[in-house]
Amino acid sequence: MGPVKAVVMGASWGGLNAYTQVLAALPASFPAAILLVQHQHASSENRLPWLLGRYCDLPVIAPEDKEPILPGHVYVAPPGYHMLVDQDETIAFSVGKQVHFSRPSVDELFFSAGVVYGDRLAAVILTGANDDGAAGIEYIHRRGGFTIAQSPVSSEAPTMPEAAIKTGAVSRVLDLEKIGPYLAERLQGS
Amino acid sequence: MADSFPIDDDEIDVEDIEIRLLLEAIFQMYGYDFRSYSKASIRRRIMHRLGMSGFSSIMEMTDKVLRDRRFFVTLLNDLTVNVTEMYRDPEFYRAFREEVIPVLKTFPFIKIWHAGCSTGEEIYSMAILLEEEGLYDRAMIYATDIDKNVLAAAKKGIYSIEAVKQYGDNYRRAGGRHSLSDYFTARYDSVIMDQRLKRNIVFADHDLATDQVFGEMHVILCRNVLIYFDRALQERVIRLFVDSLDMGGYLCLGTKESLKFTGQEEAFEMINPSLRIFRKRQIRHS
Ligand SMILES: C[S@@+](CC[C@H](N)C(=O)[O-])C[C@H]1O[C@@H](n2cnc3c(N)ncnc32)[C@H](O)[C@@H]1O
Repeated sequence: MGPVKAVVMGASWGGLNAYTQVLAALPASFPAAILLVQHQHASSENRLPWLLGRYCDLPVIAPEDKEPILPGHVYVAPPGYHMLVDQDETIAFSVGKQVHFSRPSVDELFFSAGVVYGDRLAAVILTGANDDGAAGIEYIHRRGGFTIAQSPVSSEAPTMPEAAIKTGAVSRVLDLEKIGPYLAERLQGS
Repeated sequence: MADSFPIDDDEIDVEDIEIRLLLEAIFQMYGYDFRSYSKASIRRRIMHRLGMSGFSSIMEMTDKVLRDRRFFVTLLNDLTVNVTEMYRDPEFYRAFREEVIPVLKTFPFIKIWHAGCSTGEEIYSMAILLEEEGLYDRAMIYATDIDKNVLAAAKKGIYSIEAVKQYGDNYRRAGGRHSLSDYFTARYDSVIMDQRLKRNIVFADHDLATDQVFGEMHVILCRNVLIYFDRALQERVIRLFVDSLDMGGYLCLGTKESLKFTGQEEAFEMINPSLRIFRKRQIRHS
């Protein structure tokens, strides 16, 4: 297993707070790219990159279509689009149907990243009120990726991590405040 | 399940080959060319259909596609991604009204091309906007798409009441002057767009991947289509647009689409960077 090249994350209800905590714990030298999906209404203004950027030492980006995915950068899925990873490690968008009533959907990101990164991928499911991401976590696990879920007790809405854990494909269940430090340590060493 | 069998890189390679063969089969049998589409989205669409269909491999599904036109049409529907709405991105239409319309008002005649118009919601949005600006009688809208089924739906202009309710909000935010309901008639659970709106619309099938220039346009709207193409095809299509536009003509892309990675930035001037409105330069640099 080579070093982890990318970390994908998904959250819905309570996600802003969760992402803030996780990202705040990552050092500027974090060696992998981070791609994240937060469920939000399609018409909402895309303020998330700016909000998260305030708490994070890494550059937080609202990517363009075809943008190359670089280590140490955080890519935030825009409202109204599914964000996918393409074969040449660039961002691809889609306005296909909503998945789990959401666009962006966590599963869409996770499946596409699982294909491209295989066992050089880590995936994190955070707080949320539906089961988006569970199928994606299972796929990433089958591709040899490393999978983490926020512990349901530390989640504002436990449904999403619970659904992921129920697949049996989650390698580590961690309380919210442990996730950032754990990623930082595990990936720095890899 | 944690003990479900792993999917190694060889398996991904096999799937990639199967996908290429499927796209080749579609091209040779039916003439639709998806070979230069973004690999990530095309794979998601194909895997989705594979899961629904119960075939055990893409290869098996390819056999079905070759022999059963009806199944092909189902898959075509997946691959083209026809999801659309009226006044999608209302701020875009507002900017179009404020920044482009005043210039179009100085033209004696206006030709507008909607490339990838899907089921037509975007077309009627534009027709209404032009009508409200007093420009529609000197405008011609060319509505094209690769998919004949969506074009047929666009021509009919029948939409579900459910959907149209949401469009009312978009319409207001887009700067609509009246009420969207002034432009359609409701029947049971659907609405039909006002026949008068169709008077200056030409519908035609046109494949951006294989077909040629569509001449001397003043405005080209191609929104949320380029995201499905790979970089080489994006480049081809933007070149096609440069050649199809009049000097000073406008190009409008989706809010996540840019010229940045197409090598054609020079040919255009940015009019509204965030809403992706560009204008073809008077002198070509490229
Ligand atoms: C997501 S829809 C976008 C509809 C509308 N422009 C909007 O923004 O809401 C994409 C459309 O592009 C069409 N399309 C895909 N490939 C095409 C091609 N090669 N040439 C022309 N149209 C294509 C599809 O059939 C589909 O209707």
